[in-house]
Amino acid sequence: MNEQPKQFKWVGTRTIRPDGVDKVTGRAMYGADLTLPGMLEGKVVRSPHAHAKIISIDTSKAAAMDGVKAVVTAADMPLADPTPVASGEAMINLRDLSDNVIAREKVLYEGQTVAAVAATSADIAERAAALIEVEYEVLPHVIDVLEAMKDDAPVLHDYMFTGGIKPKPEKASNVANRVEFSLGDIEAGFAAADVVIEKNFTTEPVHQGYIEPHAVVADMGPDGKVDVFCSSQGHFMVRAFVAGLLKIDMSKIKVTAAEIGGGFGGKTTVYLEPLAVMLSRKAGRPVRMVMSRDEVFRASGPTSGAALTIKMGATKDGRITAGDATLYFQAGAWPGSPVGPAAMTAFAPYDLENVKVVGFDVVSNRQKVVAYRAPGAPISEYGVESIMDELASELGIDPLEFRAMNGAKEGTQAAYGVKFGTIGMQETIAAAQATEHYKIPLGPNQGRGVATGFWFNIGGESCAGIRINEDGSVSLTEGSPDIGGSRASMAIMAAETLGIDVNKVKPSVVDTDATGYAFVTGGSRVTFATGMAVVDASKAAIDEMRARAAMIWDVDVDGVVWEDGHAKPASTNVGDFEPMSLAELAKVANKTGGPISGHADINAKGAGPGFGTHICDVEVDPDTGFVTVLRYTAIQDVGRAIHPSYVEGQLQGGAAQGIGWALNEEYIYDADGKLENPGFLDYRVPVASDLPMIDAILVEVPNPTHPFGVRGVGEVPIIPPLAAVNNAVAAATGVRFNALPLSPPAILAGLADKE
Amino acid sequence: MSGMRYEAPGSVDEAVALLADANGAARVLAGGTDLLVQLRAGMISPDVVVNIKDISETHGITAEGGGFRIGASVSGAEMGENAALVAAWPGVVEGAELIGSTQVQGRATMTGNLCNASPAADGVPALIAGGATCTIAGPNGTREAPVGDIPTGPGKTSLGNGEFIVAINLPARPANASDAYLRMIPRTEMDIAIVGAGVNLVLDDDGTCTAASVVLGAVGPKTITVADAAAALVGSKVDDAALEAVKAAASAAATPIDDKRGTVAYRTKVAGVLAARAAAIAATRARS
Ligand SMILES: Cc1cc2nc3c(=O)[nH]c(=O)nc-3n(C[C@H](O)[C@H](O)[C@H](O)COP(=O)(O)OP(=O)(O)OC[C@H]3O[C@@H](n4cnc5c(N)ncnc54)[C@H](O)[C@@H]3O)c2cc1C
Repeated sequence: MNEQPKQFKWVGTRTIRPDGVDKVTGRAMYGADLTLPGMLEGKVVRSPHAHAKIISIDTSKAAAMDGVKAVVTAADMPLADPTPVASGEAMINLRDLSDNVIAREKVLYEGQTVAAVAATSADIAERAAALIEVEYEVLPHVIDVLEAMKDDAPVLHDYMFTGGIKPKPEKASNVANRVEFSLGDIEAGFAAADVVIEKNFTTEPVHQGYIEPHAVVADMGPDGKVDVFCSSQGHFMVRAFVAGLLKIDMSKIKVTAAEIGGGFGGKTTVYLEPLAVMLSRKAGRPVRMVMSRDEVFRASGPTSGAALTIKMGATKDGRITAGDATLYFQAGAWPGSPVGPAAMTAFAPYDLENVKVVGFDVVSNRQKVVAYRAPGAPISEYGVESIMDELASELGIDPLEFRAMNGAKEGTQAAYGVKFGTIGMQETIAAAQATEHYKIPLGPNQGRGVATGFWFNIGGESCAGIRINEDGSVSLTEGSPDIGGSRASMAIMAAETLGIDVNKVKPSVVDTDATGYAFVTGGSRVTFATGMAVVDASKAAIDEMRARAAMIWDVDVDGVVWEDGHAKPASTNVGDFEPMSLAELAKVANKTGGPISGHADINAKGAGPGFGTHICDVEVDPDTGFVTVLRYTAIQDVGRAIHPSYVEGQLQGGAAQGIGWALNEEYIYDADGKLENPGFLDYRVPVASDLPMIDAILVEVPNPTHPFGVRGVGEVPIIPPLAAVNNAVAAATGVRFNALPLSPPAILAGLADKE
Repeated sequence: MSGMRYEAPGSVDEAVALLADANGAARVLAGGTDLLVQLRAGMISPDVVVNIKDISETHGITAEGGGFRIGASVSGAEMGENAALVAAWPGVVEGAELIGSTQVQGRATMTGNLCNASPAADGVPALIAGGATCTIAGPNGTREAPVGDIPTGPGKTSLGNGEFIVAINLPARPANASDAYLRMIPRTEMDIAIVGAGVNLVLDDDGTCTAASVVLGAVGPKTITVADAAAALVGSKVDDAALEAVKAAASAAATPIDDKRGTVAYRTKVAGVLAARAAAIAATRARS
């Protein structure tokens, strides 16, 4: 690993995680852990059909049951405006969101909510839910993306006409939207190529697989004030969606962020929260709702499955001349797949002159997709990186060298519009080439694959407050739910800026009444953007402390500097004053103007793009098709690792999830469109014994726009594994697969075809 | 959910009486790693659950007549810690030890695995291949039955009203005998076999196979004993030709279905592969 310059006292060190003890002792409060006096338990009635019209809902038997305090249906929810609002990295239509929370006229996937009950116990609520009679008219359904695009496919929304094409189509269809990004002239590019490879690929939808199911406690008072406690990636997002759906003023809703047991993008929307508020409003009592794992699989997540066509050409000497991609993305029951970012990222790791990417957002009768780490990018880059590997082997060039030859650099124009600033793509490839791993000899039936990945990373709105307490300790407040150790990083950045011991800083993620707005914890933005707010707030507190020292010394504030946690005279000209520490200034604050604090409410710009390169070794059992991952190294430009352990954890976790995506994860539907594997037994995320130790190598090319050089790190690492595994399997078997997952039956079938 | 009774009798007779009284609405609780999952999922709703772990006869692994008696409450972990059992019946033990994870191992029993009557049960093929029997207590006293007679189909057993298994018995071992069990799952643990293969065999002093049994799991509604595969082994030195014949016979005997866990084509092929590999491992163990 590279040497950390001795530039910082806390940044780059492995401090103890502020939330660690609570989590290992079980003291931490997750979404389901709050119990309030008089609290009811809520349960949901879900559609048994993939596609059906709701003829009638009879709740009378349930409502009459002893212990039942409230029953709600869509009739209890105001009709939402179909106005798009931001949800994670995508825009969402409130009307669609409302239908996903509780179906109004039609059910569009098996598991969609049609009613909810609150009762004095979970058992009563469950039995009451079973008494709710829903009459359906079952409609033909469609699950697969290519099937859904066919002319004779059942149409989900008769009002939906494909956007992005002119003239507007005459017929409603399941294709919600068409997007296109291009650069140069691909015809000319392919004409200049010596080798052209074109392939079709498919990937399956995959769930984010967070361990904590969705859970909420909501309490609405008779005056209309609402308290919500839930596990989410953004309590301000929950506030906005509950307010928007139920037409309540935001100021009346207070959302407290529970500790979160994983989200990975999947908790950037609401499912239960509005229902719990509706039930609480009706019952006049607090209501808790917790999904079962079965419900999590049937009704939340996943990210899109897709069908792709990728075409690339290169000259004999290894220069890529053109890239062309067509992407068909499953959106689930309503529009909003991540096909846009997939199209933008597809060829972004490379410096190409001629690129064209066309994407289609397609609805079908399955769960509405929601963000999952680097939404869309793993899918499109899987296709591109698989072709990259094939091109390299056709041309007889080492696959890392081939990527270096064509890799993006500072100044590269990306097809999606930007010209890259300081980026670390080349540095990650060089680091990969330098690993021991890349040189280890392989045995029979073993293969090595590499792949790179690119993700934008985002900034956005964040607020932070620094309060200097009377005893010189510091309370840090912010509003970004901590999903990967961000409180540790916030404390480090505050301590570094203030020049005090990190243990003097207590970071807290506070409720929506106690801090300013923060956009969701997503887009790899928190350490970058909220971190920037923390630094700014710390600087504001420093300015205040300089002013206080200036007042005490009776000098001009410009004559006071802040160094190493102390106010000091800027020079001997200012005067000969003993430096005053933060604690000393805190102690006399009441005599110098009162409490000292610093705040920052920002919209952070200039997130640094992230690049990663992964190396994967596999062994394939030629008789069973079983793939063993032997070795795995994830290398990434992280800008600067504020807390290296949690950055390494991001790389390892992303790689693990990407490996699961590549090898085994898939949704299995029966002929009626019902999910057959709604549990971790048959929806196979990797278990610990499936994975080798994943080596994480941090490359640091600081992001010039962040005070400490931070780039987002959470999303890039899930991008390369799909192709790295695919390329390794190709090397081990001599067969190029073009469909995920690479499950044992799929591998064996592919090997049989080769013979 | 309401009104379920829990009982923990201290003797075989009490247990039998409780089970008989419930007239089919009772469930035996051993490790509970199937039972509790099924209760929670609402798949079963018995009137009474009878925990047999307080009955002394269900405990302990004892050497008997050259073989072993394994109490019905003995967990997979206990089997793995018994050196004599592991030496004599490595295949039976590896079947038991494939069940679940370390945590599940501390609870799960072979008898529970057998009586849950899943065609994919990992503990069962090697027991059948090894000629194991079980001791069954019931209203009419105690009887013995081959392990293979207990499951009659997915989730169904031949146990009568009031009956439960007290112990599983493994027979005496001749010299140069051993066994092996292999299964296929798409990951490395915490999964259900899509194919299982147990092989038990005896070699003579020259290394020629004199007796063999090959049993497949998860490729039919019940385990499948592949007589042709055993016949291919007997008289051979368990060489490549014999193993090829085992492979072909096992694939031919497999009658799997297409389901969410695997396809017919895949399971049929892999049944042969695993049977041949298990035979090779058993032979290597028998030789050493
Ligand atoms: C996480 C997990 C992983 C698992 N992995 C595997 C695996 O890899 N392979 C595998 O085969 N199984 C697996 N299982 C299933 C289960 O663990 C095994 O089948 C186990 O052997 C059951 O034993 P038990 O003692 O827990 O049975 P219990 O749950 O106590 O009982 C199972 C059934 O047998 C009946 N029963 C139990 N004892 C007797 C008796 N003495 N007489 C009559 N009836 C009886 C019960 O009434 C019940 O119907 C797994 C389960 C879990 C939860």
